Amino acid sequence: MNIQIRGIHKAFASFPALDGVNLDIESGELIALLGPSGSGKTTLLRTIAGLEFPDAGEISFGGENIASRPVRERGVGFVFQHYALFKHMTVADNIAFGLNVRKGSARPSKEAIQQRVHELLDLVQLSGLDKRYPSQLSGGQRQRVALARALAIDPKVLLLDEPFGALDAKVRKDLRRWLRELHDKTGYTTIFVTHDQEEALELADRVVVMNRGRIEQVGNNQQVYEQPATPFVFDFLGSVNILPGEVKDRQLRFDGSDDVWDSESKESGLVDIYVRPHDLQIVDAAAPGLDATVTLVQRAGALIRISAALATSGERIELELSHLDTLARSRQPGDAIRVAPITFGLFPRAPHRRPTTLPDVVPNAPAENRERARN
Amino acid sequence: MSPAIDHSLQDPPQLPREPLIEKNAVITEAPWVRRTLTAVALLFLCGFLLLPLVAVFVEALRNGVETYFEALKDPDALAAIELTLIAAAIAVPLNLVFGVSAAWAITKFEFRGKSLLVSLIDLPFSVSPVVAGLIYVLIFGSHGWAGPWLSEHGIKVLFSTPGIVLATVFVTFPFIARELIPLMTEQGTDDEQAALSLGATGWQTFWRVTLPNIKWGLLYGVLLCNARAMGEFGAVSVVSGHIRGQTNTMPLHVEILYNEYQFSAAFAVASLLAMLALLTLGIKSWLEWRHSDELSATRRH
Repeated sequence: MNIQIRGIHKAFASFPALDGVNLDIESGELIALLGPSGSGKTTLLRTIAGLEFPDAGEISFGGENIASRPVRERGVGFVFQHYALFKHMTVADNIAFGLNVRKGSARPSKEAIQQRVHELLDLVQLSGLDKRYPSQLSGGQRQRVALARALAIDPKVLLLDEPFGALDAKVRKDLRRWLRELHDKTGYTTIFVTHDQEEALELADRVVVMNRGRIEQVGNNQQVYEQPATPFVFDFLGSVNILPGEVKDRQLRFDGSDDVWDSESKESGLVDIYVRPHDLQIVDAAAPGLDATVTLVQRAGALIRISAALATSGERIELELSHLDTLARSRQPGDAIRVAPITFGLFPRAPHRRPTTLPDVVPNAPAENRERARN
Repeated sequence: MSPAIDHSLQDPPQLPREPLIEKNAVITEAPWVRRTLTAVALLFLCGFLLLPLVAVFVEALRNGVETYFEALKDPDALAAIELTLIAAAIAVPLNLVFGVSAAWAITKFEFRGKSLLVSLIDLPFSVSPVVAGLIYVLIFGSHGWAGPWLSEHGIKVLFSTPGIVLATVFVTFPFIARELIPLMTEQGTDDEQAALSLGATGWQTFWRVTLPNIKWGLLYGVLLCNARAMGEFGAVSVVSGHIRGQTNTMPLHVEILYNEYQFSAAFAVASLLAMLALLTLGIKSWLEWRHSDELSATRRH
């Protein structure tokens, strides 16, 4: 079921949670809503579900505007962050709930419900656990039951709120891979919310990066990571060094350096140069680059993280290099190195150097409390 | 490529039911301190709680079992028992409905004047029962606001069953709501939202999701409410008029008998009230035991 979202506005008290959101989702896509706390991603998800109503705007499922319909008439499968399993019901009863509450002829027969429950248990690989209660399940198993329960009503769209937020790292990784497989197998249009950029990039067909109630960029994981549309996206999807520079006649020059790099930017003027730590490399003393002094070396698995101070401005930069890199190995604090960017992004010089995000609010607090938590 | 273990399928770890760390290992006291404190507490309990309770039964049975049952079979006593049961039978369901609706409204919705409602629910706890009774006298008395109009239409509130029921309802107002509000606040609204998203109606959500979630707390609240409804003295005393066989509840009957020096009859009726208290206490402990088991089961992981 394809989804169109047009001009959604939603404010809690005076705080604009969604400020004019437009989004098109194709049938069968797996979409990630990515953003920091307070960016409006959860509000957008809940608005699509019908758990919040927008102040203005349209949401259509398959061409039909459903913005004013309540959640129970929308036919969405919603998986809550803490699963919201009914703890007085067995796993089987939990999954059957959506079918059991149907009325009259819409309700399948007992046998049909039972069969559907067993199909779903097979699908989520929990066959044999149907008699257990939620308290007897691990986090990963609960997440699977919550998913099976949402799928039982054959939803038009599957919505997941921070699906891996409450899980251990290993469980999270395995569940992520399994969810991707499940999506490929079942083909439900799926939208999930996350604040973890790695999760979004790894799992989703397309990533929607949100900030301050607006969409900053929509694109597949390569686009948002390699061609960030805004400084915010650049900063949010991984760490970044921001260095001052200037563009003149399609040539980029770092402040305090005489070397120039080719630039695709047509406009001349002062710029902020955004370079990811792993897009910096150590080069020979003769090659074009910036001189710096190593201040800190950290070894993290297969990565070597080097902090260095630029010789010209004293500005701190971060490098991430492979442990196989011969020029990076056995560097010590105090060593002089020459650093050159492989790729970079250019944005007009901003008055504030670093893109700022909203202060943290309690993630997933009830909507009415979010504003309070902020103050 | 698929790794050998999918961690998201693993069962929860099997933890022993006993705490993993020795209880209070750090803050425990020397044996003699512990024993002394326990002994003091026990002595106090015996002297001030257990002894009076035993005394009630001893006094009631002092003149033999026959006198005991005769006192209970007295028509006035039977009428008092009946009236007490009627008052509780009306007040408890009323407060059950009110308490659940109030707790539901307060915990699941946002609205103006919420904190005012919460304080109002507490009012009967903070007001002296005598004042509570006087409120009804002021409203329904012959010189009260509604009294003259009501007596014109032949409705008697004061000095009859409706007045007693009203006073009982007022005094037992907060028990169920107070029990449920913290419980429902802690549970949040996720379960309800999940039920709605799965297509349940509001009514189905309440019966199938909300009610099962609060059932132990609700039962507990009903028990306390019932105990208070049957034992209430002050407020009921003001509005009842003490008409024997008509507007006397059990606690009032006990007082009258005692004032007339019919000690063993007074203690016989009192023993019934005491037994009710013991029964309530027993069921309450059992519920707490069940409840805590359920709670710790859900919190274990």
